Formats: sequence, C-alpha cells, structure tokens
Amino acid sequence: MTSLHLAVALDGAGWHPAAWRAPDARPAELFTAGYWADLVTEAERGLLDFVTIEDELALQTASLHLPDQRTDQVRGRLDAVLLAARLAPLTSRIGLVPTANVTHTEPFHISTGIATLDHASHGRAGWRPQIASRAADAAHFGRRATPQLTSEDVQDSTLIAARLLELFGEASDVVETVRRLWDSWEDDAEIRDAATGRFIDRDKLHHIDFEGDRFRVRGPSITPRSPQGQPVVTSLAHAVTPYEFAARSVDVVYITPHTHDEVVTVTAQVQEAQRTVGRTGAPLKVFADLVVLLDDEPGAAAGRTARLDELAGTPLTSDARIYTGSAAGLADLLLDWRDAGLDGFRLRPGALPHDLRGITRRLVPELQRRGAFRTAYTATTLRGHLGLSRPASRYAVPR
Amino acid sequence: MKQIHLAAQLPGIHNTTVWSDPRSESQIDVESFIKLARTAERGKFDFFFLAEGLRLREHKGRVHDLDVVGRPEGLTVLSALAGVTTRLGLAATVNATFNEPYEVARRLATLDHLSEGRAAWNVVTSFDAFTGENFRRGGFLAEADRYTRAAEFLATARELWDSWGAGDVLADRAAGEFIRPAAGEFTHQGQHFDISGRFSTPRGPQGHPVVIQAGESEEGREFAAAEADVIFSKYDDLDQARAFYRDVKRRLAAYGRAPGDLLIIPSATYVLGDTEEEAAERAAAITRAQVGPRTALTFVEAVWGHDLSGYDPDGPLPDIEPAPDNLVLKGHSTFRKDRAATARRWRGIADERKLSIRELVIEVTGRQTFVGTPRTVADAIDTFVRTDGADGFVLVPHLTPGLDDFVDSVVPLLQEKGVFRADYTGTTLRDHLGLAPRTGAPRTEKEAS
Ligand SMILES: Cc1cc2nc3c(=O)[nH]c(=O)nc-3n(C[C@H](O)[C@H](O)[C@H](O)COP(=O)(O)O)c2cc1C
Repeated sequence: MTSLHLAVALDGAGWHPAAWRAPDARPAELFTAGYWADLVTEAERGLLDFVTIEDELALQTASLHLPDQRTDQVRGRLDAVLLAARLAPLTSRIGLVPTANVTHTEPFHISTGIATLDHASHGRAGWRPQIASRAADAAHFGRRATPQLTSEDVQDSTLIAARLLELFGEASDVVETVRRLWDSWEDDAEIRDAATGRFIDRDKLHHIDFEGDRFRVRGPSITPRSPQGQPVVTSLAHAVTPYEFAARSVDVVYITPHTHDEVVTVTAQVQEAQRTVGRTGAPLKVFADLVVLLDDEPGAAAGRTARLDELAGTPLTSDARIYTGSAAGLADLLLDWRDAGLDGFRLRPGALPHDLRGITRRLVPELQRRGAFRTAYTATTLRGHLGLSRPASRYAVPR
Repeated sequence: MKQIHLAAQLPGIHNTTVWSDPRSESQIDVESFIKLARTAERGKFDFFFLAEGLRLREHKGRVHDLDVVGRPEGLTVLSALAGVTTRLGLAATVNATFNEPYEVARRLATLDHLSEGRAAWNVVTSFDAFTGENFRRGGFLAEADRYTRAAEFLATARELWDSWGAGDVLADRAAGEFIRPAAGEFTHQGQHFDISGRFSTPRGPQGHPVVIQAGESEEGREFAAAEADVIFSKYDDLDQARAFYRDVKRRLAAYGRAPGDLLIIPSATYVLGDTEEEAAERAAAITRAQVGPRTALTFVEAVWGHDLSGYDPDGPLPDIEPAPDNLVLKGHSTFRKDRAATARRWRGIADERKLSIRELVIEVTGRQTFVGTPRTVADAIDTFVRTDGADGFVLVPHLTPGLDDFVDSVVPLLQEKGVFRADYTGTTLRDHLGLAPRTGAPRTEKEAS
C-alpha cells in the first residue's frame, strides 16, 4: 500500500472566517513570527510533507473578485516568502511552500526569492504561483489592466478560466522563466580554482534568454542553483484551463472534488490535461484540498462549526469539500478518496491551532495505525518527501 | 562621549573578498550568514548589511569569473536571520528602479514584523540598462530620472506604511472587530506612480523601517539629507570623509532636521596583527591576494576600454590611448563615469613611480582602512568618529564570514573607552541608532481630529 502525502494550508486564524474569534485563537498575534513558528513546528511534529502559506497582493475580501469593506474578518497579511524564510531555521524537515504572485511580480525576483528560501531551508522550498485578476490588485501597481471577473463568471470555474486564459498563458511564461533561472547555474559552476584565479567556471553559467509574447528575461540568475535544483512548484486548480497550466508548469496540483465520484472525474481530467500538453518527466502529483474541522467526541466538531457560523453570520462555504467530524472518519474518507486516484491531500484547518492539532495528533496517528502514513521522515528535502528526484540543470551538457 | 555605530557586511562580489584563502567559507550557504550575524550580535553591532546586484558582472561579454559570484535574495535571507538573532538590525539593499512600491513596502513591513522592529532598507538605483535586461520592464530610465523615481518610490512606501495606524489591528473577539474601518486605504498620484487601494500589511513595529542611502552625487546627497536615516558612504580617508560629513550634515537644516537625525557610516576594512609590523605585512599579503595578475588587467581594461590580454601584468601600462567609450566591464559602478580622467590619473601615478600594471592597481584600489594592533585600530576608529569623519562604520571582512577577530579584540577596547555600547539598551534598530520612532500616521491623526 502506498502511503499518502499530507500537507496543511496555513492562513490567518484558519479557514473559517470567524476562526479568529474561537476561544483558543490568537488573533492579536497573526503578525508575529512566534504564532507561525508554533504552527509550523506543530506541523513538523506531525511529519507532514509541507505547509503552504497563502498570500495575495491585496487585502483579503469575502468575495472572489471584488474588494470589501468588512472589518469582522481577518484582514492583513505578511509576505509569504519572507514568512517561510523566517520559519526555515526553526525547522529541519518540513517543506515550506509560500504563494507568490505571477501577474504583478517580476519573475526574476520570484526566482531569487524561492531559490534563497531553498538555500535557507537546505532544500525544503516550494512555491505556489498565483494569478491576480482583480482590478483592485492592478490598481496597487498602476502598470497594467487585467481581465476582470464578473459576478456571473465567479459562479462557474470554467467561466473564470476562460476569462483568465491570457493570465494563465502569462503564468506559464513566468514559471518557465523562473525554472530556467533556477537552472541557469549548473550545480558545479563554483570551482574556486586558486591556480587559475577563477572563482566560477563561466561555461557553467547560462543566459536563459527567455523571449515570450509578453516579456523577455536575459539571465543568468544572481543566485546559485539551490539544494533541490528545482524547488517544488504547486498550484490550485478548478477547471480544465488551470489543469493544463498545472500539467505544463507545476509538480503538484491541488484539486477540489466534493465526492468520491468527483475525485474520479477530476483526476481523469488532470490526466487528460497532461496528455493534451504533452507533459514529459514525472507525472503531476494530485492532491485534494479539504477544509477540516476535527473533534473526536461525536457532534463536537459540528457544534464548534455551528458556533463559528453563528459568529460569522452565515454558514461556512468553500470551493473545497468541508469535513466536520472525527479524525477516524476523516482517515476513512482520505483513504477512500486516495483509492480513487489521489497522491495526497492538502488540509485546510478550519480554526488554528485547534484543527492543526487535530491533524497532527489525531489524524496522523490514525493513518499511521492503518499503515498509510510515514512514521518518521525518511528524506531531508521536499522533493525527497514527495518522491521526486533531483533534476539536472537543463543547460548541463555531458562533458 | 560620541558613540560609535557599527555594522557588518557579508563580503561578496568585489575583488576585496579573498575567496582563495582556505579559511574563506561559502558566500551562499545560509550557515555563513548565520555565523556572521551571530558574531555581529555578540559584538553588539547595530546592524547586518547586505548589498544587492541584479545582474552578474560581465567582462568582455562573458560573466566575470575572478571574484565571488552569486548571492541570495537579501530580504529573504534576512528574514531567516531574524529567527536566529534577537537584537541585530537587518538591512537589505533593494533597488528602486526594478521594483514597485506596493511590493517593497510590504516586504519591508513584513521583515519589520518578523524581526520585531529591526528592518532597514538601503534604497539604491540601478546605473545601467544592462541590469534592465533581467526584468519585464527592461532598462527604462535615464540616469537623472532614477533619483526622481527613487524619491517618489520612498515617499510612496512611506504613505503605504502610514496607511495603517499603530492601533488599527483591533482583534477584538467580543465586538467582532478585527480591524478599524478603512485601515490601509491609500491614494498616490505622481510622476512615476499612480496607485490606490488598500495596503495589506499592518504597520510594523518601527512604523517606518530605517532608511539608508548609498551614493555620493549631488542628487544623492540631497535625497539623503531630506529622507534617509543613514548614509552608507565610501569615504574612509579621514580628510575626504570630514568634508563629506560636514557637507551632508549642513544640508539637514533645510529639511528641518538635526545633525543626529542622519548618521554617516562609511564602509571600512580592517587588518589586525599582534604588532604593527605583523599587521602591515598581513595587509600587504591580503592586497596581493585581492589583486592577482588577471584582476589587475581587468581593471586596466575597464578603464582603458581595450582588450589588453596581450599585456604582461608585471610590465608597464600599455602605451595605447584609452577608448573610454567602450564599456568592457559591465555591471560595475566604479568604472561607469570619468574613465578618461581616471586613465590620465592612473598613467600619471604609474609613470611617476615606475609601477607595473599590477603594482598600479594595488596602489589605486587596494587600500585598507584600519591596519594595526587591536589597540591602534580601536584608537583610529575612535579618532575618526570623534573628529567627525563618520558616525561609525560598516565593516567588510576579507574572508567569508569573518569578523570574529574584530569582535573579540577591538570591540572590548572600544567598550573600555566608553565609546561603544556594552550591551543593547533597546530592542529596535531605531533604538540602536538613536533615531526617534516614526509615529503619528496621518490617517490616525485625521481620525482624531
Ligand atoms: C557604499 C556604497 C554601497 C552601494 N551599494 C550598492 C548595492 O549594494 N547595490 C546597488 O545596486 N548599488 C549600490 N550602490 C550604488 C548606489 O546606490 C548608487 O546607484 C551609485 O552610487 C550612484 O549614485 P550617485 O550617482 O549618487 O553616486 C552603492 C554605493 C555606495 C557608495
């Protein structure tokens, strides 16, 4: 039996909009390193593959496409790449996967930032490229207009994908540029050859000369190739266009099925997307996203969710399936879905730290008992946890 | 007694870093950064400083291979260091030409939160379109416009930092109010930036991270006098340094600022020995390691604008005329201006003193700021600061990570003299530098009125 992969998505006080009002929440500490350090060390104690850290270049909003003026939900964030780097020296095994924007951020800056995170964590860096389509985000930069989603679009992920086709194309260019920059130094470019006075072998540094319809980047990177060579790239996807983006550009895709049958259909669509784009190399790892609220006493999780719903004024909704119940019940669900064709799961804790502890202290032991999850880390890098080999630089020629 | 400020810089991509020494460690492994930061914090330094370059230097069209090449992204590595230090300031160089204010302001506010008030920003401008080839936007600004963009960039960043008041995060569970209404709202309209919306990172502990300026031009000096908290200068010659110090401090009054509001901190190197002779010998050996035969030729090629690979570094300067319009060394700020004048001056020195190419380059580039026993170096540093040559120094070791010798032997002597802190008395970088906190965000004032 193959053991599944488990990641946790960290965001604010948790994924329930009222989570910050839970009795054991720490809402006044969301902008301190100590809060995040406690979460990520807890996740590492649970032997999880990685944590993701959400981000965006705007204030959070309850609606997908428009800003709001709400003051009753968590608003404000720290830059996710820097936060991940802050956590790197405090941990030793867990993967760190921040979100970074591809629509407004320079690919060169993304590539050096994530490569630096990989150096700082000795090979545990990942990245979630994120598209920004809100006009409000574009107004923070004042450089360009982006296709704006309409209220009709946001009802349907296929309409969203169609509206954002151009941005997905650009996102592929950005990921390609970033990946080339990561490869632009061969592993053994630094030679320190005192006899000839050469610090590097410049034949092992490469101009990447990316030229697309939208931009050009010359390279090489300023940052030497990082421990993983290629940090792990992940993306969240809800429709065929983003599945194809994932198939073309990333290593791990997060999908949002709500039933066993949907796992079957969506994973088939992801397979199809990989054929459509002619993906070569390792197949995409497919993770399902789930929002989870965990308590072992019968009814407790439902009661907690109801109390949070009441504070929020509306019931919790999500693009992903919401699981409310015991860790044992969740383990049943995960194993059932895994058998339908998944490699792993990214769990979004409803409330922090409560539901993270539910994952690390109840779900993980339950999965271990069933032989479905590791009992110790067997690798030191994120690629290692995921069973991905370390690729050679695309520019390296056998000499 | 005038107190000295000290900062540490990880040695990097200049020929001053002696990577060929077996004791020199990695310039990219995070352990080097952690070691230097811990050493600097053990020495009660004000801050740790990182330079930035966004394009690898090229010599005659190929990546320059004689010096250390490769470095991490500054703010990212400093965030990691925030986790392994508790008091040391963390200063990143971030270019104002190839970035946007919303992102840079956000990343600096983040570092300030993650370090509990220890972030600083060295605002630099790129000097060439060569660097622009790594960016979507390309090399798009004329030299003169770079400072106007930098000034507007900084002003915009400050508007963004001020868009949240210190008390705007309420986190009031009972009332269900997480933030104050309109927190983060901003509008900026100017020549370079026309942006508006909501800034997404609450105000950091320092309000505004410490702002550093590096650059010596007239525009650079005015920009610093108006806006900066620290100038990172390159004047380590006492007479020139005093003239620069007087000039810059004089400019402050026009902006309603006092002399203590802007600290002048040149970069400096040091070589220590048990005796003066030993230190001098060591300094000479270091200089020869810094200027090898090929490095010497590269410098002369950079100034002359010719391929001089046929010349003997131990022979005389070429008798051909310089062609200083031809840029053979790209990405190196030192050789971008006045190369005809530099060539004349170098030839004058070489002719007069009968120097070979390598001897000449050692003579014109190879100065060590402080050479001597720990005692004489401590005295020299104190004199330099006491007589208003500077307010302190950014020390750049020859070896990576370096600095242990300085912290172990010179710092205690400065502390004995009472001119350097025995321990930190504050927690933020503003505290260490004696700068007033930036308070009174405009929006909060507006609400109060
Ligand atoms: C001591 C010192 C350190 C500098 N460090 C950097 C740096 O790390 N990165 C960079 O791009 N420019 C750096 N610069 C360049 C300056 O930001 C500036 O672009 C250059 O000095 C030209 O400005 P000026 O015309 O005012 O002299 C530095 C300059 C000085 C004097």
